[in-house]
Amino acid sequence: MIVRFDSVERLVHWTNALLFMVLILTALPLYFAQVESLVGRRALIAEIHTWTGVILPLPLLIALSGSWGSGLRADIRRFNLWTKGELKWLMTAGKNPGLEMGKFNPGQKMNAIFVGSSIVVMFCTGFVLGWFNFFPLSWRTGATFVHDVFAGAIVVVIAGHIVFALANRHALMSMISGRISKLWASQRAPRWLAEEQAGHPEI
Amino acid sequence: MSRDISQPEQGIPIGRRVFLGIAGLGILGIVFGSKVQSAVGETIGTGIGGLLPGGDRFRIYSITGSFPNIGSTDYRLTVSGLVDHPMTLTLDDLKSMPSVHLVKDFQCVTGWRVPQVHWEGVKLSDVIDAAGARSQAGGVEFSSFDGADTESLTLSQARRSDVIVAYRMLGGPISSSHGGPVRLYVAPMYGYKSLKWLSGIRLVEKPVPGYWEQNGYPVDAWVGNFDGRQDAPIT
Repeated sequence: MIVRFDSVERLVHWTNALLFMVLILTALPLYFAQVESLVGRRALIAEIHTWTGVILPLPLLIALSGSWGSGLRADIRRFNLWTKGELKWLMTAGKNPGLEMGKFNPGQKMNAIFVGSSIVVMFCTGFVLGWFNFFPLSWRTGATFVHDVFAGAIVVVIAGHIVFALANRHALMSMISGRISKLWASQRAPRWLAEEQAGHPEI
Repeated sequence: MSRDISQPEQGIPIGRRVFLGIAGLGILGIVFGSKVQSAVGETIGTGIGGLLPGGDRFRIYSITGSFPNIGSTDYRLTVSGLVDHPMTLTLDDLKSMPSVHLVKDFQCVTGWRVPQVHWEGVKLSDVIDAAGARSQAGGVEFSSFDGADTESLTLSQARRSDVIVAYRMLGGPISSSHGGPVRLYVAPMYGYKSLKWLSGIRLVEKPVPGYWEQNGYPVDAWVGNFDGRQDAPIT
């Protein structure tokens, strides 16, 4: 077994997952009248949604603010760097069978980049909506539009993320235990396994 | 470090650019999104657009958490306070009065907007005149049969021809979730002024601010000059 995600990364992942779930569940009655008529308490739900959104960036920011975030920073560098083969894999929706995968496949990289940037977008647009008095009306309309469009995209991306996780139990378990087998790594992430073994010759 | 083309795994730094691109697009959308939304609405139509996230659609607010339901035959509207003839009107009474049609935007103070909504009802000023406002009346208080929501207007605001007691919108009877069977529609002001489930109109010397105003919203809620609107404020 080798370490795929350290404890800080796992804590950030599951804290984010919890916050996203609270945000999506509280968004339903705020957005759909039929749901609101069933659950009621709109003011309370709006308050929960707003303040959950305010703290949403904190787990990542705290994790990145100290030496404990070295594993997360290394993975973010992996999200940043794309080989030509990975770009081709993405453009052809996975049709590049000869590609030697690194720690993350291009779909996982896009997922991480999109979710990361959507936190920025949802935080900023949500701030305009929550404290609308400070912004001109056309900005409030624009923020509503962007918040809604991104909300739709986020739900689709997260649903896809969960489907892929459930279909790949070893990968899912590694986000819980932190570890994954060398066999899995040799098949699904051989370039990463080579990196790890070069970096830790004793393993 | 020399570049080695046999080692393409080094990679190109693309992720950061995509991250900044998406974040930047979203933040620019705060400033330009209302124009994009109008263009999208005009291209694909508000009917379909309303189904998409970000489309033109009503967000349904209820401060009590449920949608009160009163059948159209059981509906009553009381007109009381500083009037010569206090009245209780049925829905048929309202429909027997001269009707007005408005095609106007519904603009929420938080930003969402539904363009070109069709409204039908009677002028609030006709209802007030039927009851006969006394000379000392200076404002109007409205109450809702949801039991919680209240609103207010000055008498001169209430007498505007684009302030109506509406019994039809969007081409049909007003649904319970939209505040039916009868609601207020104050066209030149933000949506929270258009009280839903209207049950009482009370003329007073000086109105008490309504529910949303007590929660910090402005009492004079003029939309003003926005997106082609020109609603001249009066007091």
